[in-house]
Amino acid sequence: MTDRNTRLDQLHKALQERIVILDGGMGTMIQNLKLDEEAFRGDRFADYDREVQGNNDLLNLTQPALLRNIHADYLDAGADIIETNTFNSTQLSQADYGLESIAKELNVASARLAREIADEFTAKNPDKPRFVAGAVGPTSRTASISPDVNNPGYRNVDFQTLVDNYYEAVEGLVEGGSDLILIETIFDTLNAKAAIYATQQYFEDSGITLPIMLSGTITDASGRTLSGQTTEAFWNSVAHAKPISVGLNCALGADALRPYVEELSNKAETYVSAHPNAGLPNEFGEYDQTPEEMAEIIEDFARDGFLNIIGGCCGSRPDHIEAIAKAVSKYPPRQIPERPKALRLSGLEPFTGDENTLFINVGERTNVTGSKRFLRLIQEEQYEEALSVARDQVENGAQIIDINMDEGMLE
Amino acid sequence: MVTFLNLVASEPDISRVPIMIDSSKWDVIEAGLRCIQGKAVVNSISLKEGEEEFIKRARDCMRYGAAVVVMAFDEQGQADTYERKTEICKRSYDVLTGIGFNPGDIIFDPNIFAIATGIEEHNNYAVDFINASRWIRENLPHASISGGVSNVSFSFRGNDVVREAIHSVFLYHAIKAGMNMGIVNPGQLVIYDEIDPELKELVEDVVLNRRADGTDRLLEIAERFKGKGGKTQEEDLAWREWPVQKRLEHALVKGITSHILEDTEACRLEAGHPIEVIEGPLMDGMNVVGDLFGDGKMFLPQVVKSARVMKQAVAHLIPFIEAEKTEEQKAKGKILMATVKGDVHDIGKNIVGVVLQCNNYEVIDMGVMVPCDKILEKAKAENVDIIGLSGLITPSLDEMVHVAREMQRLDFNIPLMIGGATTSKAHTAVKIEPMYKNDIALYVSDASRCVNVASQLLSKTAKSGLVAAARTEYDEIRERRKNRGDRTKLVSLKEARDRAPELQFADYQPPKPLFTGVRVFEEYDLNELVDYIDWTPFFISWDISGKYPAIFDDPKRGDAARTLFDDAQNILRRMIDEKRVTARGVIGFWPASRRGDDVVVYTDESRSAELTTLHHLRQQDEKAPGKPMMALSDFVAPEASGACDYVGGFAVTTGIGAEELSLEYKDQNDDYNAIMVKALADRLAEAFAERMHERVRTEFWGYATDENMANEDLIRERYRGIRPAPGYPACPDHTEKATLFSLLEATDKIGIELTESFAMYPTAAVSGWYFAHPESKYFAVGKIGADQVEDYAERKGISKAEAERWLAPSLAYDPAE
Repeated sequence: MTDRNTRLDQLHKALQERIVILDGGMGTMIQNLKLDEEAFRGDRFADYDREVQGNNDLLNLTQPALLRNIHADYLDAGADIIETNTFNSTQLSQADYGLESIAKELNVASARLAREIADEFTAKNPDKPRFVAGAVGPTSRTASISPDVNNPGYRNVDFQTLVDNYYEAVEGLVEGGSDLILIETIFDTLNAKAAIYATQQYFEDSGITLPIMLSGTITDASGRTLSGQTTEAFWNSVAHAKPISVGLNCALGADALRPYVEELSNKAETYVSAHPNAGLPNEFGEYDQTPEEMAEIIEDFARDGFLNIIGGCCGSRPDHIEAIAKAVSKYPPRQIPERPKALRLSGLEPFTGDENTLFINVGERTNVTGSKRFLRLIQEEQYEEALSVARDQVENGAQIIDINMDEGMLE
Repeated sequence: MVTFLNLVASEPDISRVPIMIDSSKWDVIEAGLRCIQGKAVVNSISLKEGEEEFIKRARDCMRYGAAVVVMAFDEQGQADTYERKTEICKRSYDVLTGIGFNPGDIIFDPNIFAIATGIEEHNNYAVDFINASRWIRENLPHASISGGVSNVSFSFRGNDVVREAIHSVFLYHAIKAGMNMGIVNPGQLVIYDEIDPELKELVEDVVLNRRADGTDRLLEIAERFKGKGGKTQEEDLAWREWPVQKRLEHALVKGITSHILEDTEACRLEAGHPIEVIEGPLMDGMNVVGDLFGDGKMFLPQVVKSARVMKQAVAHLIPFIEAEKTEEQKAKGKILMATVKGDVHDIGKNIVGVVLQCNNYEVIDMGVMVPCDKILEKAKAENVDIIGLSGLITPSLDEMVHVAREMQRLDFNIPLMIGGATTSKAHTAVKIEPMYKNDIALYVSDASRCVNVASQLLSKTAKSGLVAAARTEYDEIRERRKNRGDRTKLVSLKEARDRAPELQFADYQPPKPLFTGVRVFEEYDLNELVDYIDWTPFFISWDISGKYPAIFDDPKRGDAARTLFDDAQNILRRMIDEKRVTARGVIGFWPASRRGDDVVVYTDESRSAELTTLHHLRQQDEKAPGKPMMALSDFVAPEASGACDYVGGFAVTTGIGAEELSLEYKDQNDDYNAIMVKALADRLAEAFAERMHERVRTEFWGYATDENMANEDLIRERYRGIRPAPGYPACPDHTEKATLFSLLEATDKIGIELTESFAMYPTAAVSGWYFAHPESKYFAVGKIGADQVEDYAERKGISKAEAERWLAPSLAYDPAE
């Protein structure tokens, strides 16, 4: 087994030389196995008092041999990086099955399994080293969207809870032997910011720093994340993670994802990844796009120089990855553009302050020390009115809004 | 904080912009950071509680991914003087960048304090802030500068007119110095040019601390202005008396919608066709807005208000325009118009849209900031005949290329029209048209041409001719550019430096100027300049090319030239005799020596302290062996030579008053004389530069006391010494003009201002450097390579990308490749 630093050097080298291949969908492959409740339970959870069918991450403990085969199929297909089967291995997500207590164990086990099989492949062919990306999913909660339409200020999760969840997951993934941390399927950027915060906190505490991969999700043709950000706004929000790559995955097929991958490719001063779905699901929820069709679209990405890392998400199988790997092998990787230094901020939309910006106007009326009216509105909890103060600022041309609260106004 | 931010997050109208989280309590700020998915700004952190606490909070910001406002505050307290402000900002910057903080994420607030408080120590507060801003801009790269503007006028509370004037004057100077962000209430800001001149003078005295009794003098007149102002009744009535066109302009500039419908209607009744109201007064008004905005005299929110007024006026006119179309006329075609993603400028596009509609085209206007996929989706769905793209800022150019590429990829087969201020035929030919071969991508220079182009593009018979002609022309443009690229063979910067000319400094005694520092010439005698006018370019500006005075004998153009010349003499006399224009100049000399390709300027004759550095570029074009590769700095004695050399600089203008006079003519619909005034002012400015250079040679620098030349010889530059201008071939970097202007204090002393693109205003102005060495001569730097750009950027302390942007026309390579 090679040590982690050597592997990371090899990864950096590979990224400079070629388009690196990520694996395809894990859920899709598990679904094809058509496992029953008994199979999910295995020996260990045979007597567990709740149903666990559909808890794919549980298979890390109960059916490791099956997962091993899936990883091996992807490695055979040409994947350089395989992802751990840990999309839902957080306490928040495992709570659906009452299995919060095994969240960390799932991460350790999955990373260890992937590590073993990746190392076997590397040993067989040392010229093609294989890497393990410890996958961190979005959880089932969103920190910046209310689940209750009648109460937009309500949240069913807060930043600290997410940080605690993610910290534990990352700890498990690193202990199990991951080479990278992949924070993926980000549909709420605030969740991702909590994941970044937790990961960096863990790196600091453990003294082990791994590269971070980020992958956001554009949920529909509006070109925005579920939480409403455009691609560039998303990138501005998470660039502080200094990730080894940023990309997009899930929700859309490659053709629909193209403009957003192109945008990232132009804007991101780091490597760019994509792992799209194999088209859109048909009325039976199945993905019909053939490996050839998917590879053809992705070949265009490579030809146009958008890509450093490519793989597949829902609906993609080893034969998709094989076709994609073959199609992109003819093209050089994307060159990282130099992006001029500037003040880059974002709300739902990006904001850039540079030499071309004449003067940046900061709206100041949402200020409890400067505006008696706003102070009164906040104290009397007249939030509708208070929001209209903010809205007026934006409509009147404020490019940034200053929100000032004082002591005792933390809530 | 948490509740409110969560609510804000649910309001896309608000949360689309970034949030600045502002509190004196760090736990409130941190709670805020934990609710915001975007990249926010923390307001604020400072060294107040020591470096350790400062670093801790900065690291927190890095982990949450936030920019920061850094107050100029340290353990000793808040910075009030220039020295303290710059010292604390520098220290903060060094600490932050030392822990890996992105300098682009730093926003300094160097403290705006109240002036004119009656306490003498406060008098210089605004100047200190402005100077500190300039210092930060120059020395702490990529950082922004912000401040709460209303503090500055605190001592005049209750007197909104004076306060607004102080804010406006303060911002005008601070923004020029580098302030780029602030808390300003746009509704409470008077436009710089519209401040009562008497008030403005006194306010500038106070803001710029120009005289000791400034505060007293301002207080004296302040009472008079109290209660007046933009919102009072009598002011309203005054502008309501103006002619309707003027009223429309006023409404546009001020963003007042209250009377816009009645004024538009009045104008429509006067006009022959409703469309003329748009093409005439409304467009003129928007041009005024555009100019004020470009000069930093109006702010974005005010422009947004102006656009709103414009839209209301246009909306009022549309039904009348529609009604003018006769029934039987069917739409000639369907045209989709959009301002591309990232760009908000739509006035030009709206005009084109209106003009097309008037000509019976169906226009689908998708508005501004429209992403490519939306444009193409709509075009498909609506089955449009033409797509028209517009943009005003440079990044829009790339976006247009992107749209063209996508149209090709997605098999579109309709024409693409390109327009907008930064677009050009060359850019379309080189970058856009090659991307889209299914049909044609065509550059349309202005709104007046769009109908003609659209009708040809939609005509079965005319289209092929237009397309073929455009393709041929674009091919030629590309070919020319390619050839130009091929011709340029560069040598490395190192080799170029090795081949620098070796001027003799050993036996050379550099002449000593009469004085060092600057000398100002107020109201220079214009009569003295008339004999120095070079008339040939004057005729060229009127499209009559030929040498003066031989042009008078030209069989074809002689008469026209004579008439023009006589008319010019009349206007010239009026300009001079009635003192309608004023000539002002400033020159300066400084001890200097060459260091590499740069020239170091010293504060005084002791040559111990450096004042500034003038950056120059060296030729890199391969030349015949033995031919030197020149840089302007070669003409100054090198540091090692021990010779005490000097460099000079000048700025002159004859444009003061010219604008007003030109306008007077224009208001009388006398465009001829309006243009004449400007053309003559330009000539006078050149003449002034020529005359001043003569006096420098014979008098102020005095190295050619025996010089005696006729004007013809002057024009042919048969004298010793040169006066090259930044932005011109020997020193093509316009940004060096900023250094020249600060050395000369040209803006303060003679009122020439630099725009953010370093254009001089008034436009009838000339500036440049003086070099005295007998072998100094004019040359063109020509094309330069990436190695020199890198080196130059390093010397100037700017990024390579920024240097490439300013030096774009001189680059021998494409930075995008």
